[in-house]
Amino acid sequence: MSAALTKRIFDKELLSITIDRLCYQLIENHDNFHDAVIVGLQPRGVYLSRRIYQRIKEINPNAELKHGELDISFFRDDFRRREMIVPSSTNMEFIVEDKNVILVDDVLFTGRTIRAGMDALMAFGRPKKVELLVLINRKFSRQLPIAPDYTGQSIDTVTSEKVKVQLQSTDGDDGVWIISSDSKL
Amino acid sequence: MSQILSVQHLLGIKDLTKEDIELIFNTADNFKDVINRPIKKVPSLRDITVANIFFENSTRTRLSFELAEKRLSADVVNFSASGSSVSKGETLIDTVNNILAMKVDMVVMRHPKPGAAVFLSKHIQANVVNAGDGTHEHPTQALLDAFSIREKLGTVEGKKVVIVGDILHSRVALSNIFCLKKLGAEVMVCGPATLIPRYIGELGVKVEHNLLKALEWCDVANMLRIQLERQDIKYFPSLREYSMMYGLNKEILDNLPKEIVVMHPGPINRGVEITSDVADSKQSIILDQVENGVAVRMAVLYLLAQTR
Repeated sequence: MSAALTKRIFDKELLSITIDRLCYQLIENHDNFHDAVIVGLQPRGVYLSRRIYQRIKEINPNAELKHGELDISFFRDDFRRREMIVPSSTNMEFIVEDKNVILVDDVLFTGRTIRAGMDALMAFGRPKKVELLVLINRKFSRQLPIAPDYTGQSIDTVTSEKVKVQLQSTDGDDGVWIISSDSKL
Repeated sequence: MSQILSVQHLLGIKDLTKEDIELIFNTADNFKDVINRPIKKVPSLRDITVANIFFENSTRTRLSFELAEKRLSADVVNFSASGSSVSKGETLIDTVNNILAMKVDMVVMRHPKPGAAVFLSKHIQANVVNAGDGTHEHPTQALLDAFSIREKLGTVEGKKVVIVGDILHSRVALSNIFCLKKLGAEVMVCGPATLIPRYIGELGVKVEHNLLKALEWCDVANMLRIQLERQDIKYFPSLREYSMMYGLNKEILDNLPKEIVVMHPGPINRGVEITSDVADSKQSIILDQVENGVAVRMAVLYLLAQTR
């Protein structure tokens, strides 16, 4: 990763403070999580959702929160319009019918992934309510009318830039970087 | 792992690489998950129209393809040779070109002549999926058979599979041999000498004429149907004799030294190649094969659509 072209906007410490805040916001709104499920979107959203799920369980071991992982490949609107989409696994061991679903993804950009995520979710039943939690909200780049309910941080980026989120479970060093287009990930 | 198929048409297993087969299986895993959800449909192929063109009878394959297409949200048109202009003397290419003129993107075809799918693929723009061409290949059946073995035994590599019955007329046998060999399984064919092609050993398969010996050797037995409709001469004295020599019954199955998996591509002639109690036993995965057929065909159509 070329240092001149990347900017680190979250370090490990700030990231865990932000994740803690998001967890407390969820606890505030969902009480004991009696009817709530947290669903991470494959592939990158699941690392954040697992982390949030574990943290909530640490804060409140009695929380009745359930955790799922949802693959959206087959619901994307850009099938055959971009390079191959590789499906990941889906793991939804509960019924979504009448639940409060918290969809989790790492970065909210165009909103198209979330649109596909909502469609994919509906295949498992009719939820009572769907909320969206994202770590990074990239402003001014939305192509669909979608807004997050819980946000780690909102940032200004241009379309050619990329946002990279690294979480401990996969990559070792935690953090969030903004990467300019001519640098290699 | 490769992410895109190396072929634009699925004409036979012979043209596929091992990576292609593994890609199809991994994608089929996802689709198996999809078809077990409350809502079994995904919108991936909503801008694709598929024509199912069947010049030969079929129940399973045709239903399975149609379900696969519908669960991918493709538009589907069905065509069968009986009651069509084929009986008025129209050629294959003319028939298909007329269908394609109605803006069809993919063609699933079954035809009684070997090589029909290959021929078609050279003359039209659409992706062609071979749903069986005469005694040549039936690639999706072989894929779902191998997928079912993988699901039941964890892997195909190193497993011993015996294909029993009418090897001479069976496109399922040929496709299965190619597929299993590519995945690293050992393959044996078993049947009366008249129904085993003379040079089949060239494909790297063992030949055995004694059913009991074959069953003792194998992990999986794929029992084929006797295709009387393709037999222009008598290849064995009577069905009763065939059934006594090569039919699998519960007694044989229970006396084997180990538990084997029993498969059948359908349609079953109960009491000929396999008795009812074997077909319905817990060692039989015949209905799993049918379920997996939809998932595997969804994977094939989905992956081929991406090569367009």
